[in-house]
Amino acid sequence: MSEQERIDPVKRPALADFDRRKLLRGGMSLGALTLLTGCDISDSDAVQKMFAYVSRWNNFVQAELFSGSTLAPEYPERLAVKDFRYNAWYQPPLAPVLDPKDFKLELSGLIETKTPWTVDRLRALPQKSQVTRHVCVEGWSMIGKWTGVPFRSFLERIGADTTARYVGFACADGYYESMDMPTALHPQTIMAFELSDQTLPTKYGFPFKMRVPTKLGFKNPKWVTAIYVTNRMPGGFWADRGYNWFSGI
Amino acid sequence: MKRPHPIKYDVQRHPALVRLSHWLQALAIFVMIGSGWRIYNSAPIFNFRFPIWATLGGDPPLSKVAHMDPGVANALNWHFTGMWLLALSYLVFLLHGLASGHFWQDLLPVRPKQIWRDAIAALTFRLDHRLGVYNAVQKALYWAVLFAILMMIATGLSIWKPVQLHWLTWVFGGYPTARVLHFFFMGCIVAFTVVHVALVVLVPKTMIAMVFGSVREPAPDQAAEPTPEVLAGE
Repeated sequence: MSEQERIDPVKRPALADFDRRKLLRGGMSLGALTLLTGCDISDSDAVQKMFAYVSRWNNFVQAELFSGSTLAPEYPERLAVKDFRYNAWYQPPLAPVLDPKDFKLELSGLIETKTPWTVDRLRALPQKSQVTRHVCVEGWSMIGKWTGVPFRSFLERIGADTTARYVGFACADGYYESMDMPTALHPQTIMAFELSDQTLPTKYGFPFKMRVPTKLGFKNPKWVTAIYVTNRMPGGFWADRGYNWFSGI
Repeated sequence: MKRPHPIKYDVQRHPALVRLSHWLQALAIFVMIGSGWRIYNSAPIFNFRFPIWATLGGDPPLSKVAHMDPGVANALNWHFTGMWLLALSYLVFLLHGLASGHFWQDLLPVRPKQIWRDAIAALTFRLDHRLGVYNAVQKALYWAVLFAILMMIATGLSIWKPVQLHWLTWVFGGYPTARVLHFFFMGCIVAFTVVHVALVVLVPKTMIAMVFGSVREPAPDQAAEPTPEVLAGE
């Protein structure tokens, strides 16, 4: 505010100004003290509770923002990275090696036909390719080419209740993940059997991983061995460790 | 004794809504930058990381147990909480500034020639400060930081939602470029904050106005302040 005022100096509350200044100085030194002591309150129970509350709100906002018909941008094939980045909380040699002869995809929950699926039967289903960007929660991203079975058609084939709220995934390495039904039914959500036109290598989730280009990387579970449909929020490996559950992009 | 009286004062005044939204933005920017740096550290764009003490996200060893990471979940939670505070307080500040006329009256006009002149004066310590009067450099910097925060929010949205808001991500040159721009505007806001705080230290009265609402001092372009005796005699 720019203005010049004419004020009778006799009425000027000089003392009030002085007290305010003292108060301010006190306040500033208090602020400096908390800063200097490195008071990071992130780990306190109250802050963790606030995070959980805001994260639920953010789940709601993201679900509202999500559109089943908005497609993730697709890129020319030449932009797809051949040497894709490996990412897990353990090193590649520890990645589970699944024998395709023994592999069975178990189904449970609100599904009509719960017969387990073999790799051959899964791979015989019609497949689609996509060249999309994988975005990691850490910030890095990578374009890859994935080929697989549209998840929507699989859910319809097994008679899943698509009015249910969630689809959950259990993995061979102890990982678990889940997603909202609208995302599960999104046309680009696929069960990916191939990366860069090659059978999905062990360290990327053989025999298949969920490829969900509308979600962050950690919502794309690898080595999936069981799928279930439920109305009870299943959580997820990282969501249960403080990460946002919806994590849509 | 025919001294003209009462005398003139320079006044700096900030309405409560401006002060509230100013300090909420300050808090939000502190949270967003501190947590942003911790998030950046988990996948650095450039060849450096921020020192952990300068970042927000709690104790890394503690987080290794609770979240299986060095405080990234905490930092992300701060970031996705602080974004609401930043967007809301910025919106209040912006709408008030536009609706009240404050931006038009006090921050305009600002011409490149004036900015150049005042910048040189400021750098050679020849620029006077008068409460309530913004020099051209100040005006330019306030517009710049308002723009930078807007861009920070926009680039932030574009890397938070590169699918749902793919058109916005496209405007910023795609996801990786948008991420660099998000970092760049952070740098602009940090630079502004450094200058802003340094100037408050040089002219502490402005801090009083931003905390308590108003402050004044005798305008410099008048005769020496009358002594209390003179005032009493009139």
